[in-house]
Amino acid sequence: MLNITDILETIGMIREENLDIRTITMGISLLDCVSEDENRVCEKVYDKITRTAKNLVSVGCDIEKKYGIPIVNKRVSVTPVSLIGGEMSPEGYLKLAHTLQRAAENLGINFIGGYSALVHKGMTQGEKNLISVIPEALAETQMVCSSVNVATTKAGINMDAIRMMGSAIKRAAYLTRDNNSIGCAKLVVFANVPEDNPFMAGAFHGVGEPDHVINVGVSGPGVVAAAIKRAGDCDLSELADVIKKTAFKITRVGQLVASEAAERLDTPFGIIDLSLAPTPAIGDSVAHILEEMGLESCGGCGTTAALAMLNDAVKKGGVMASSHVGGLSGAFIPVSEDAGMIAAVERGALTLEKLEAMTAVCSVGLDMIAIPGDVSEDVICGIIADEISIGVANTKTTAVRVIPAYGKKEGDAVSFGGLLGYAPVMSVKPYSPACFVARGGRIPAPIHSLKN
Amino acid sequence: MKAVITVTGKDSVGIIARVSAMCTEYNANIVDITQSVLSEYFAMIMLVEIGKLTIPFADFADKMADAGKACGLDIRAMHEDIFNTMHHI
Repeated sequence: MLNITDILETIGMIREENLDIRTITMGISLLDCVSEDENRVCEKVYDKITRTAKNLVSVGCDIEKKYGIPIVNKRVSVTPVSLIGGEMSPEGYLKLAHTLQRAAENLGINFIGGYSALVHKGMTQGEKNLISVIPEALAETQMVCSSVNVATTKAGINMDAIRMMGSAIKRAAYLTRDNNSIGCAKLVVFANVPEDNPFMAGAFHGVGEPDHVINVGVSGPGVVAAAIKRAGDCDLSELADVIKKTAFKITRVGQLVASEAAERLDTPFGIIDLSLAPTPAIGDSVAHILEEMGLESCGGCGTTAALAMLNDAVKKGGVMASSHVGGLSGAFIPVSEDAGMIAAVERGALTLEKLEAMTAVCSVGLDMIAIPGDVSEDVICGIIADEISIGVANTKTTAVRVIPAYGKKEGDAVSFGGLLGYAPVMSVKPYSPACFVARGGRIPAPIHSLKN
Repeated sequence: MKAVITVTGKDSVGIIARVSAMCTEYNANIVDITQSVLSEYFAMIMLVEIGKLTIPFADFADKMADAGKACGLDIRAMHEDIFNTMHHI
């Protein structure tokens, strides 16, 4: 039987604490769209996506109304296009990006992910062709998101791929210089990428997945922060319990929405991604959770410990609430998308180095970080290699989404609007890793005994 | 199949009458009502049976929200499953 306290708690979470379903993402396999002819591939891709996901947006809106909870994004992820493009020319891959954009526009979705390649152990000519046109693809389209996996714990780190990505990021920044280098906000470099992630820009539909599938990403940093505030002066064991219980409730709503979306779209349910995904809105910040836990500022000493505890408690609470958990699952720390992170950078408390440490214990990695436009390709490769190494050594997903904002220097700011937010340009150490990066080749896979 | 209608805002004459009239108009049967007024702040929770609604539930929820906006109240109609799922294992 429903009781008033429970009802008011749920209403309060939605109205005051920004509880929402961040995304319903339909993963669609494009493996049946392979053809020798580039134009034929594009035709088949367009048809498959628009046919399979034709009801995604309307069903999402209907569920939103039924349960009275906002579903912020409806998205599509597809098979990494390098797997269906094969030896396609760079021009062919560019045409494919425009095809994905047209399909996204037809469906009315927010983003489409999967302009991707998995090159952790090496690259085919087709994958090289794809990566060579990623900057143009991101500059010429609005909704297409791209990701490249450059390392896994089992394969090691492909430094040649990192070099190509350093160059792609710089070029994407240049090509979108009139729009704050926004192209880089749609490009992620991964280690140990998950195949069922519903969050952009890194979403794609893995080869082990069914023909199509529904994955749902939940959110709710504001709800967790409010629960911690209400808990008052309690010890950390009790605090962990409060976070677990809150994560459980948030995830249950995600499971409800996912099950219903899967049923209505006659599509298998894949996973719930248990992530605390912030937005730039006030009261929807992961940094503010850490500060509510007792830190003077996010980025100060104690931040990594607090974040590790938060991340662990969210997972423990969430797994019991869902039949299948996957994706990235954890707390996201994108700087530009989190009002508390932005404030911490502006007050000088949060640096790139601290963010790197934080990524060792939470979801994803160096995310939505604006750096000066004159940072060299080599330094960007060094940033990527460092972050990717954390993922490879710790058998976890890490990623880099940095924006070398063209023409901007430390202390400036860039604004992307909407969920992508606003980012103060952060300082980067100028010392060059050029000789290390230029060696190329692969960093061997780490040993997983003799752990220290 | 039931829905929960919550009405919150500044107290005024005829709030329950207005919401009840809309329930009648769209054939939502009121099963239970709880309401309280705390320092001029009005909160009402209404449980309604929606199996025989004359319009789709999404439209019913929209009409309730619009009616709320017109008189400065927050009116939400939500399927009961969201509360059951969140608070009961």
